[in-house]
Amino acid sequence: MSAPRKRLEVVGKSRRRVDGRAKVLGQLRFADDLQLPRMLHAKLLRSPQPHAVIESIDVQRARAHPGVHLVLTGKDFPVPFGIMPVSQDEYPLAPERVRYVGDPVAAVIARDEQTAGEALELIEVKYRALPTIATPEEALAHPETRIHDYGESGNIHRNQAYEFGDVDEALAHSDHVFDDVFFYEGNTHLPIEQQASLAAIDGEGKLLLSSSTQNPHYLHRQLARVLQMPASQIRVIACSNGGGFGGKCDPGGHEFVVCKAALLLGRPVKIGLTRQEVFYVHRGRHPVLMRLRTGVSQDGRLTAMHLQTLLDGGAYGSHGPAATFYSGVLTPVTYELPRFKFEACRVFTNKPACGPKRGHGTPQPRFGQEIQLDKIAEKLALDPAELRLGMVTRPGSLTASWLRVGTTGLAECIRKVVEMSGWKDKHRKLPAGRGVGIACSTYMCGAGVSIYWNKMPHSGVQLLVDRSGQVTVFCGSTEIGQGSDDVLAAIVAEVLGVDTGVVRCVTGDTAITPVDLGSYSSRVTIMMGNAAVQAAERMREQFAGAVAEQLGTTPERVVFSQGRVFAAEDPGRGMSFAEAVAITESKLGTLSAVGSYTPPKPPGKYKGGGVGPSPAYSFSACVVEVEVDEKTGWIHVPKIWIAHDIGRAINPVLARGQVIGSVYMGLGEALMEEQAFRRLPPKLSGALVHRIPSMLDYKSLTALDMPEVEVALIEDPDPNCPFGAKEVGQGPLLPVMPAVANAIYDAVGVRIDELPITPDKVLAALELKAAGKPPRIGPERFPEVPYPKPMFVLPPWEGGDGNESKMPRPLGVAAS
Amino acid sequence: MMRLPWFDYRAPRSVEEAAKILAWEGDGAMLIAGGTDLLPNMKRRHQMPQTLVSLRQLEALKKVANGSGLRLGAGLTLSELLAVRGLRERYRGLAQAAAQVATPQLRNMGTLGGNLCLDTRCTYYNQNYEWRKAIDFCMKKDGAVCWVATASKRCLAVSSTDTVPALIALGARVKLVAAAGEREIALAELYQNDGIEYLKRKPDEILTEVLLPKADGWTSSYWKLRRRGSFDFPLLGVAAAAKLAADGTVAAARLVLGAVSSHPLVIKCDALIGRKLTDDAIAAIGEAAESRAKPMDNTDMDLRWRKHVVADFAGYALRELRGDDMSAMRLRIAKQMV
Repeated sequence: MSAPRKRLEVVGKSRRRVDGRAKVLGQLRFADDLQLPRMLHAKLLRSPQPHAVIESIDVQRARAHPGVHLVLTGKDFPVPFGIMPVSQDEYPLAPERVRYVGDPVAAVIARDEQTAGEALELIEVKYRALPTIATPEEALAHPETRIHDYGESGNIHRNQAYEFGDVDEALAHSDHVFDDVFFYEGNTHLPIEQQASLAAIDGEGKLLLSSSTQNPHYLHRQLARVLQMPASQIRVIACSNGGGFGGKCDPGGHEFVVCKAALLLGRPVKIGLTRQEVFYVHRGRHPVLMRLRTGVSQDGRLTAMHLQTLLDGGAYGSHGPAATFYSGVLTPVTYELPRFKFEACRVFTNKPACGPKRGHGTPQPRFGQEIQLDKIAEKLALDPAELRLGMVTRPGSLTASWLRVGTTGLAECIRKVVEMSGWKDKHRKLPAGRGVGIACSTYMCGAGVSIYWNKMPHSGVQLLVDRSGQVTVFCGSTEIGQGSDDVLAAIVAEVLGVDTGVVRCVTGDTAITPVDLGSYSSRVTIMMGNAAVQAAERMREQFAGAVAEQLGTTPERVVFSQGRVFAAEDPGRGMSFAEAVAITESKLGTLSAVGSYTPPKPPGKYKGGGVGPSPAYSFSACVVEVEVDEKTGWIHVPKIWIAHDIGRAINPVLARGQVIGSVYMGLGEALMEEQAFRRLPPKLSGALVHRIPSMLDYKSLTALDMPEVEVALIEDPDPNCPFGAKEVGQGPLLPVMPAVANAIYDAVGVRIDELPITPDKVLAALELKAAGKPPRIGPERFPEVPYPKPMFVLPPWEGGDGNESKMPRPLGVAAS
Repeated sequence: MMRLPWFDYRAPRSVEEAAKILAWEGDGAMLIAGGTDLLPNMKRRHQMPQTLVSLRQLEALKKVANGSGLRLGAGLTLSELLAVRGLRERYRGLAQAAAQVATPQLRNMGTLGGNLCLDTRCTYYNQNYEWRKAIDFCMKKDGAVCWVATASKRCLAVSSTDTVPALIALGARVKLVAAAGEREIALAELYQNDGIEYLKRKPDEILTEVLLPKADGWTSSYWKLRRRGSFDFPLLGVAAAAKLAADGTVAAARLVLGAVSSHPLVIKCDALIGRKLTDDAIAAIGEAAESRAKPMDNTDMDLRWRKHVVADFAGYALRELRGDDMSAMRLRIAKQMV
């Protein structure tokens, strides 16, 4: 039923977020704020060895320590876990092998944290050290030192290759081929809230876990699996997260430990990780070495790209299979690219596992591509902004890899940042030491497929309305600080014509809310939002049918606006929303409505084609200005301009906050953040440790380091999205890093082809420049990676049908 | 969260009482003022004192007195120090140093005396017990080797105080009080180039006061290198002070480097006496400073680069003494005006 059109009353207005009051007043309870009577405390013993066999664990002394209730080891957890079905390679407590410094091996549950900590020191573990793997190059060179006994081979966890059209042939016929190698250092999420979990047995004897998790649904499934219990006997509540950024997507070993302990002891058991443990849990940005061979025509059009990536996965699978795909699959979405070949390899190393961090796998190739475009523009004597504008993908088009680009505001984003920043007066025109750089990007609005294969909805929303006039919305979505509760309330309020103040959100609780897959892949606004629109429209339909007669109109002509329900032809003929509910409840009985959302089927049908498709893509463009001191290489960023194609902003003040937050995180990755490791001299020690697992020494920007950011939200509503709203949580991070690199080139003429970009690298490049050498700092070569034979898929414009097909040119015949 | 080890806590009412407790308790006792350095270190099991003797309630340590110079109680928080009237005008370098210590919250707790006694720092040492166990510990605590330079016979942890270079440049002296008596020494004499035994304070002594000479004719400056505009310890501190004649001729000068050694490094400035602070004179002193600096790979950022910029930072400080407008550079480096 289509209701009479009305102007938007809630959506698009800047409002105080619905959970803002509780947060500001300190009333909101994060997982670590929870206390229960008779609660015990858990602490984990973590491996000091980077790679070793556990020969024995003696827990007798710990168990006898006064105040200790329970000691758990790997023996208590026979079933492994892993967020992805293909990588169930991790145990809550390592049973026989440790793979990085920080791998949990035992847990003590005691009357308080202090006692648990004391008892940890009484556990005796005998390790037999194994050789260690610190880098992807070592992982490839030493397949005999195998970190896992599964995977493709040796230490290769995932290895894949796709070719969409004959790329070598296209490169051979290109006017220019640019061949560049880039490196993107790993970094971590650094949420303010350290993970905490509280497990308890409820009055009915069921397990209740309250936790700082982004994905209560996946955690629920994994708990059932690892604890070997029916899921119906487990309830997971996702507490409001104090930041997630992808770091709380994987189930954590600590979550299984407190659940198991609560089940065995019949008492509540809590754990709060230290900051150092958060660095060990990690699941952050993969370090990626990449090579891009890109063909270009003289007039500035891309002809083909061959992208190769090598991902340092760390010690476990985590989201690695997805990250491997994402290190390439979104590359063709921004610019027209007739042919595309993509090879990716993820290896295991003896370091904390990498996983999804804001942008999940895509910032790394975007960094390379956007710097390479800057080099291309210079060679072709084109303005980098104009070069990009000339080749943006068209709305509704398909990429060579069969991704459907829906709406796109990329061209508008580029025009907007060019205008806001005064680009034309600045680029290649500022005095020495000052410069501007531009870069663009795209991101998904939710992954088209779930992490485990199923045909069920990705999000469900249930509405409950009663005679009080209050609207209660139930959804499994998870508030991680991004504002998902606010989006949910706003959408329901908009459809029902009420203020968000009458809407109560109940979210992230697997016992009482419909399934939503979680806060990842920028899926929540789109998927939860579409489900909420459907539920609210169904509810509105019930009201309209019930009150139309009394209003002397037809159901289609009933208007819901500003807390009133009235006839379109005469707004005076109406009633309050609560009265409309009462009339409807009298007629229909107790009122409820549900809505759900399943993304559309992707056009690509080839195996692996499920990663990358999304109901919509957001786009961003960014200009960064820098000042570089040529004597020291010191970098100062005075200002950043960014335009983001959001479709429509549900709550503009929150949307801007997400954009600025993304710029903040992106600038940190550009300039300083490093998940760096240290190996001691091998003759003296086998140690391989995180260099700086603390908030003081792991450097991220402080408020004083943050430049002014000017934000433009480009609003062109997308028909696949609720009220046209696309994502804003991840996309705006992506263009920042390459824009910084390009600005530095504009300022002092040196290329820093790796992250982070630090003053010492800039100075080293300036010294090369002064010596007449190529002024570039970055990786020199891309190693030999044994990629598999690519799956060949013809692009849409070459007669393909979205399935794998035969390569037109027989293998081994050179492209002429 | 990380928990403190158990300890006894004593809260004396006077410096004399504190000194008596120290004398009685011996090596097992440690002084605590703001606790911003000591408590995190105790959580990491760097120091495990049986007894903490608190100086927080001692009003005597909060005194500020003007006379022939300035007497500053060691118990002043860094925020209180920054609020001392006339400090910025007379002892700019000290104010610039104090204002750049850590964060506003930590300056509200941390004291001047605490910053003078700050434990030396090293990325192999400032880690918790479990991390240090994973490298089999180091010479400074629980281990035998200095991992920064495995052939080194001494600990190479870094003197990381901001206020000390500024105070030494200003010619400060300090008063140390013990149950057996008190002494006054030049601040530079308090330190030695050893990451473990970095202080020449005796275990039973309490640092009670900092004494600054009269500022007439002196001008001073402090420049701090660190990755970010807040929070970080120095990777290099350059404190400069000079007594300049009306025509700009140098009558006396001192230059002190922080964070490039286990103690504050005093750079000879004799060559400047009787000359003006010309660009050439500044460059020559900068080079001398750079050659003396020995940054190691045990703090943030690339060590060769840190050595390379010593001359530049010395130049910033000396140019500020000369009266150059350094505010734009200051804003880029410090991210704030101090």
